[in-house]
Amino acid sequence: MARFTLPPNSRIAANGKTHPAPPGAKRTKTFRIYRWSPESGENPRFDTFEIDLDDCGPMVLDALIKIKGEVDPTLTFRRSCREGICGSCAMNIDGTNTLACTKAIEDIRGTVTITPLPHLEVIKDLVPDLRHFYAQYASIRPWLQTVTPAPHMKERLQSPEDRAKLDGLYECILCACCSTSCPSYWWNSDRFLGPAILLQAYRWLADSRDEMTGERLDQLEDPFRLYRCHTIMNCATVCPKGLNPAKAIAEIKKMMLERA
Amino acid sequence: MAVSIMHRVSGHGLAVVGLALLAWWLIAAATSDEAYAIFQEFATSWMGRIVWVGLSWLAFQHLLSGVRHLWLDAGFGYDSRAAQRSALAVFVGAVVMAGLFWAVRWGL
Repeated sequence: MARFTLPPNSRIAANGKTHPAPPGAKRTKTFRIYRWSPESGENPRFDTFEIDLDDCGPMVLDALIKIKGEVDPTLTFRRSCREGICGSCAMNIDGTNTLACTKAIEDIRGTVTITPLPHLEVIKDLVPDLRHFYAQYASIRPWLQTVTPAPHMKERLQSPEDRAKLDGLYECILCACCSTSCPSYWWNSDRFLGPAILLQAYRWLADSRDEMTGERLDQLEDPFRLYRCHTIMNCATVCPKGLNPAKAIAEIKKMMLERA
Repeated sequence: MAVSIMHRVSGHGLAVVGLALLAWWLIAAATSDEAYAIFQEFATSWMGRIVWVGLSWLAFQHLLSGVRHLWLDAGFGYDSRAAQRSALAVFVGAVVMAGLFWAVRWGL
């Protein structure tokens, strides 16, 4: 259910620390970063870091790594590939969910405020708990399911036209930017699968080699799992890969109608 | 997101304020001349006119965002730019339609 105020232990405290830029820095940028540690017993706070841009890489992730390496080693965040293909460094930067590794610092005006992905439980600092998200992903059985025996000594073939139907779907890296920007997912994530998982569901529905289309649709035929999508379109607006989960969800709804 | 929020706000606004005023109007009409006169006085006052214009704007806003929902549900207009354009069209269209409605009503 919608909740508009934070519980007392989640409210931002005013005791954030400030780390000024090194003396002599000419071009500086201020980063305001959400901090919370389960061990401290304290409320979350915003720490302020001033970074010398002449001694830092171009992306927000570069600044985070610099802070962790040179200023405060307790700053906790996920990152891996640093080129927008692993989805680990998804976070809310300057009010928009995106990947820290593909977001250029110079594209942000003023102070850079960074918080974890919205509406997930926080494990520490910028690391949210994605277990429920992954469990929802597992629930759609995201692999090729068939009943016919595999062809002897060769792959299951697909025409170039059928393969093209997966464009705009297979590129999803499951960073969860879309799902955690979706108001329907905020209010109903216990039952609504959310844009990322539904786009993945459609990726298998659209695959010409998959033979479980009917069973997959049965699984989704539910007022919450699929039909909580109200075409708010935040998912397509924020997707750092430029995909359109809202359209994939609409395609699933069309498949539901076509078989009815 | 703004259209979605306004769809709900306008829907609830119409349901709550619109229903209350409708009930007042009917009850006043069924009660007595004096009760109806009180309603009439409110309805033709500046305050009342602001409420009517506001309600009509909400009605057009709700109508147009409803039509946009129908269009999206039919599977059209999912391209990010198309969706933003149709959202803008809903906001502008509602103001224009409410304006035209009252221009005709007041013979401007």
